[in-house]
Amino acid sequence: MNDQTTDAPMRTELSGKTGKDYWKSLEEYSGTERFKEWLQREHPQAADLLAIAPDRRSVLQLMGASLALAGFNACTKQPEERIYAYAKNPEAMTPGTPLYFATAMPWAGGAIGVLVENHMGRPTKIEGNEAHPASLGSTDSFAQASVLDLYDPDRATSVKRRGRVSTWDDFFGELRPAVTIASSKQGEGVRVLTRGVVSPSVGAQLSALVAAHPKLQVHVWEPIHRDNARAGSMLAFGRDLAVHAHHGKAKVLVSLDGDFLVAGPESVRAAREFAAGRKVRKDKTDMNRLYAVESCTTATGATADHRLAMRAVDVEGFVRRLALRLGVAVQVPQGALDERSQRFLEALAKDLEANKGAALLLPGPWQGPVVHALAHAIHDKLGCIGQTVEMLPPFESFGAEVDNATSIKSLCDDMRAGKVQALVVLGGNPLYDAPADCDFAGALAKVPLRAHLTTHENETSRQCDWLLPEHHYLEAWGDASASDGTVSIVQPLIAPLYNSKGAHDILATMLDKAGQTAYDAVREHWKAKRPDDFEAQWRRWLHDGVVPGTRAKAVAVAAKAIVEPASAAQKGLEVQLRPDPTVWDGRFANNGWQQELPKPISKLTWDNTVQLAPATAKALGVATGDLVEVSIGGRKVVGPAWIAPGHAADSLTIHLGYGRVHAGKVGDGVGFDAYPLRTTAMQWGATGATLAKAGGSMELASTQEHDDYDAFTTEATKRNIVRVRTIDRFKAEPGSLEPGQGHAAHHGPTDIFEKPRTAEMAALKAKKEATGAPLQAYDSRVSEDYQWGMVIDLNACTGCSACITACVAENNIAVVGKEQVMRGREMHWLRIDRYFKGDENDPEMHHQPIPCMQCENAPCEVVCPVGATSHGPEGLNEMTYNRCVGTRYCSNNCPYKVRRFNFLLYSDWATESLKMQRNPDVSVRSRGVMEKCTYCVQRISHARHAAKREDRKIREGEVVTACQQACPTEAIAFGNILDKASRVSLLKAEPHNYGLLEELNTKPRTTFLAKVQNRNPELDGRA
Amino acid sequence: MAQIFHESFNSLAKVSIAVAAVLGGGVVAIAWQANNSNWATDVDVPKEQPVQFSHDHHVQGLGIDCRYCHTSVEDAASAGIPSTKTCMSCHSQIWTNAEMLKVVRDSYAKDQSIPWVRLHDLPEFVYFNHSVHVKKGVGCESCHGRVDQMPLMWKENTLNMGWCLDCHRNPEDVLRPKEDIFAMGYDPVAKYGKTQSELGHELAVANHVKTLTNCSTCHR
Repeated sequence: MNDQTTDAPMRTELSGKTGKDYWKSLEEYSGTERFKEWLQREHPQAADLLAIAPDRRSVLQLMGASLALAGFNACTKQPEERIYAYAKNPEAMTPGTPLYFATAMPWAGGAIGVLVENHMGRPTKIEGNEAHPASLGSTDSFAQASVLDLYDPDRATSVKRRGRVSTWDDFFGELRPAVTIASSKQGEGVRVLTRGVVSPSVGAQLSALVAAHPKLQVHVWEPIHRDNARAGSMLAFGRDLAVHAHHGKAKVLVSLDGDFLVAGPESVRAAREFAAGRKVRKDKTDMNRLYAVESCTTATGATADHRLAMRAVDVEGFVRRLALRLGVAVQVPQGALDERSQRFLEALAKDLEANKGAALLLPGPWQGPVVHALAHAIHDKLGCIGQTVEMLPPFESFGAEVDNATSIKSLCDDMRAGKVQALVVLGGNPLYDAPADCDFAGALAKVPLRAHLTTHENETSRQCDWLLPEHHYLEAWGDASASDGTVSIVQPLIAPLYNSKGAHDILATMLDKAGQTAYDAVREHWKAKRPDDFEAQWRRWLHDGVVPGTRAKAVAVAAKAIVEPASAAQKGLEVQLRPDPTVWDGRFANNGWQQELPKPISKLTWDNTVQLAPATAKALGVATGDLVEVSIGGRKVVGPAWIAPGHAADSLTIHLGYGRVHAGKVGDGVGFDAYPLRTTAMQWGATGATLAKAGGSMELASTQEHDDYDAFTTEATKRNIVRVRTIDRFKAEPGSLEPGQGHAAHHGPTDIFEKPRTAEMAALKAKKEATGAPLQAYDSRVSEDYQWGMVIDLNACTGCSACITACVAENNIAVVGKEQVMRGREMHWLRIDRYFKGDENDPEMHHQPIPCMQCENAPCEVVCPVGATSHGPEGLNEMTYNRCVGTRYCSNNCPYKVRRFNFLLYSDWATESLKMQRNPDVSVRSRGVMEKCTYCVQRISHARHAAKREDRKIREGEVVTACQQACPTEAIAFGNILDKASRVSLLKAEPHNYGLLEELNTKPRTTFLAKVQNRNPELDGRA
Repeated sequence: MAQIFHESFNSLAKVSIAVAAVLGGGVVAIAWQANNSNWATDVDVPKEQPVQFSHDHHVQGLGIDCRYCHTSVEDAASAGIPSTKTCMSCHSQIWTNAEMLKVVRDSYAKDQSIPWVRLHDLPEFVYFNHSVHVKKGVGCESCHGRVDQMPLMWKENTLNMGWCLDCHRNPEDVLRPKEDIFAMGYDPVAKYGKTQSELGHELAVANHVKTLTNCSTCHR
């Protein structure tokens, strides 16, 4: 159903209605007739295939014609192909065998270390680098998607001067005199604008530039910056120190309106450490407890054991009270908290006090300095500094002390005042993402020489004289430091596709070192720092992906008293601006993978919305999809509303990064731009907003009800698809279900081999009982060496969706676009179902990744008329595209709805640059065929071939599926279930392991570990 | 009322049906034959190459091992097409001025590939791995024929799916001892005094060779 919650009657139905325990959407929650009718169709999303109903005759004509023509497909003579062997073969390269290289992806003011799969000189897939502290072997979805940006056909390809193709020499010819003339005036009038600088060598160049020209100014603008955290540190410690949290050591974690598990370059490590302290096994039942106090619904909040929704502006008051309760002297706002928040605070405070040295408070970057400062003070008070948090010096290589907002404001003021003669913008897109009150566009027009180094021609470069194509990080030499200071050398995986250069080249020219390459600049920088045996070290750094000994040293500090006065409680509607979970600040707007990735909670694709709570929507008379005008301080934007269960009341959340005008073919005109609301004074949110209906509504493409397979269940026949237990109940009685709960508990799955009906089945049973291999009804050839299986730990899943993007990249999965997503035709082989439980205004949220279950008794196989899907001897439910004729019977018969049909020619077969991204080990599917998760059969084959060559069996851990590889929390285990010592076997032996719809006797190979919550008994039930 | 059709039309109708059936069948048969003919499959058709390289001369005449040029045949999916540098390792010493090798020298000097014409071309949805076949005892000759007797290379087998399955169903028909993988003109009776079937069965057991006919063996 694409137009959620559009009918007014339903709003009234929703009030006071309590439906099932678990629900996915408000329609389901309220159980409207329309929703039931939608479900009654066997394949809801496929029901409206044809816009016009054809008559019988034309159907017959079309069928006859297709049948007659189909045969001709096979009658082609292969066209002659050429083989272009190397003239001089490069070292270590075997055609068809990928190589892996370590590098680092600088982004969002940090960096994540990655290993890049390289096929014959083409980087195709990003994997995590175990040696890198911000990766630990995993990645987020952004890193996975970054490889698509490299091959984006919309990239800037050549130097342009006012829209006309020019050359680098022409540009340098214009830049050099500008700097030279200025140098007589100590660089006055020359400005450089950069994003957050994480490259030590670029930082050194910038410092040298400023040293050479004292009046040349370098400005920094990173839209999602850490200004508040820095200011908070200044308040608490009198100096800028960055928190380096040890989530694994913490027993009690508090997310203060942040999203530490998913957002930002440090989230992968945070999620890994957090989940490690949370995985429950039969012999390990201690787990951490996460509280979340937040305004909008985040993946972190969904993972929390206790979640308190409150407006973002009220969080500071909450934290002040919490601090005071814990003995930190601080002024608290007047008045009292409401009863529920007070109870939450009291329980939280007791829990924190009981866990001295093991507590961790994590404020969102958008929360004010006082919240950050108080978190430091509480850490200090509870003895957590040195335990769960380390205070590290800032890692930025240049301008760590620069306040982003002040910096860009002063630049714009100077430009307007005519003080700037030449502006060089290194990366970024300030015209789009600078604070609205700066009027960057207006100010920029006053600058005589303006140049923009950028990977894509965007809003900013269109207003600059010079468009300078920038290297993608996979094409460039460089270096980058992670938030803990650890430096990685960035090495190119491919020669630049276009005539591009990097920041190093521009700065070298400005430093009068024209011709110095990035490679030279980076090496020169590091050779000066590490002169001993540099060449050997350099090779080691490139190989490992990290430069040892660069991690920052912790600083011992004590928090000062926080004397900032408390402001009075602010009434009214607030609006909050947040980076988007899939396109971030807008830099991934032209990335189809990220646009089509369902956002963790809303499951929305291809749009941003004005999110608000069901109660607020009711009060304002707004339904999902209604176009609303949000205004604050005289600035306004118009966008569609989205009713978000669990959102704080009287609060609106808008994600940034959408509404790009010049992003490219994919990102142009997608969503609406929220930056016009953002000013230097109000960067993240404020109260005093108003919301008015703007008239009309629009359809939004949310996948939340697609592939619904459990919605008919009632209390009586409940299938317990997502299973959640509390740790106390689990300790008393381990298992995935509460005692006596559910269908399976009553009857248990039926085993068709228990009483064999035929002699063949009896013989099969006897034979297989001897070997221990699993029985499969449809295939008697069963491998006694390997049987593949998967376990997904729901307790570790944060819903971050890195697995989905990894699957897309690995398996050549096509992007279908908004209109097709609205028809339910997204091609993702792996989806993450999100369930709500309980009241619509304060629900629990649960994530459940659903790949193919690889059933041992697969219902899809028996209905295929052409044998295109069949059972492999190792338990894989195989899909053979070249046999598929597209009847879609298999998908109809799949109880889990994990099969995906290529309705149209979704894969781009025409764009040359995109072909380079594809994984050559996986077929690119055409239209008319079914596809689905294969357990990454190409990786199994790869490992099998290696094992056979070496006369051994495939080792445990040798086959890692793409989703498993990317998962930051190691929630996915994959392996041979015949090996009783394998990780997957051990997990399947856990008491809380369960299969979906087991009572159907499909015998799914993918099973789940039930989610276990660590509730605070003080908070009666859920708070 | 007079008869519209003469009696002879009965026979004519029968004959027309028979002729139509024969013609129709003939068209199908011709199409089938054409599709399986050497014209369509390129089997036994030597192809002109940019350099008229003779396997006959290099393998039989000079006794060069397959792996000298096809270096990755034991390690990777692709057997490996030799780089020009491999040619030049000898031809920088011998026949250094031969007109026939000008293309090779130019390729090396300009660092540009020689555009060899492809003979063995599997569809994109088929994933074949040389290293495993070699490891399990399938000789080069089994698929590629007597390469040592090919002055210009041709395709010995159709490489269609039925042909693959013949061996995948009965691997004992082609298995060889390890030392004979790269041999040409291999004869198990002459060398070991055993029929291919006997020896093949022994080798299948010894090397754990299975009949792999599930789809994902080759398709993914």
